[in-house]
Amino acid sequence: MVKDKIAIITGAARGIGFAIARRFAGEGATVIIIDLAQDAVDEAVAQLTTDGFSAAGYAGNVVNGEQMAEIFKTIHARFGAIDILINNAGITRDGLIMKMKESDWDAVIAVNLKGTFICTQKVSRYMMKQRHGVILNIASVIGLMGNSGQANYAASKGGIIALTKSTAKELASRNIRANAIAPGFIRTPMTDTLKPEVVESYAKAIPLSRMGEAVDVANTCLFLASDLASYITGQTIQVDGGLIM
Amino acid sequence: MDIEQKVKEIIIEELGVEASEVTLEANFIEDLGADSLDTVELIMKFEEEFEIDIADEEAEKLTTVGKAVDYLTSKVG
Repeated sequence: MVKDKIAIITGAARGIGFAIARRFAGEGATVIIIDLAQDAVDEAVAQLTTDGFSAAGYAGNVVNGEQMAEIFKTIHARFGAIDILINNAGITRDGLIMKMKESDWDAVIAVNLKGTFICTQKVSRYMMKQRHGVILNIASVIGLMGNSGQANYAASKGGIIALTKSTAKELASRNIRANAIAPGFIRTPMTDTLKPEVVESYAKAIPLSRMGEAVDVANTCLFLASDLASYITGQTIQVDGGLIM
Repeated sequence: MDIEQKVKEIIIEELGVEASEVTLEANFIEDLGADSLDTVELIMKFEEEFEIDIADEEAEKLTTVGKAVDYLTSKVG
């Protein structure tokens, strides 16, 4: 479905990003991992190449436009195309609105929302020229439903959904599709630290009565990045076990 | 190569038009069939080829081949 495609995934050293990278690599794509720390990037790339997959990695901060432009330029020169961009890099700085520090608001909006914008802007330049491309933005059901204690995160993810629609409209004429994926409650290293009773209480609200796995998100990305989804753009696809409908 | 010739070649390449259509009077959108994204790409290409920065307010005025040639000549000529 994505064989021989060049796919860039931000925030892909761990968690959902890495699961996406592994899934795409398994389908024959050349995956390019971008994450903050060089050692984490190297480790993730090594895991994939050891398994015989085609992978490369670059350390970079999605908020740094100049740095990202350089990285994308290098990638384009090295691989000759950028077929798929998955904007996955994201952070949380949870807190009630009444107590939220402005710096925590700014940090989350910067990485999640501005970072998505910056990577989209820089990569779309190459996609426009080659007249094809797929941009996938990892949003969240929190961006649709809101969440107590996550005003910054919810705003950033809601923003990503709106940004995705604008991207889809602006770039459709160049055969570039843009879609958002809204994961629900997904098992990651972060959620593994939660107490079992907390997990159980979350699961009760989910019609499929279990947490999702990172590969569930990766599978959806794979479909949306492939030609099977060639008539789908500007949409937000929930991967949440039916949590919100 | 003179600037006019280089500008015309960039336009032919970027917009996929015939050399005969690229007259100095030709308007990018009305005569050469460019859309708003094409004009952005064209400006970016001028910036790249001539190694200059073109401010948005300047770029907006470059609506015809002749205006682009005059502007670029004044910047790099």
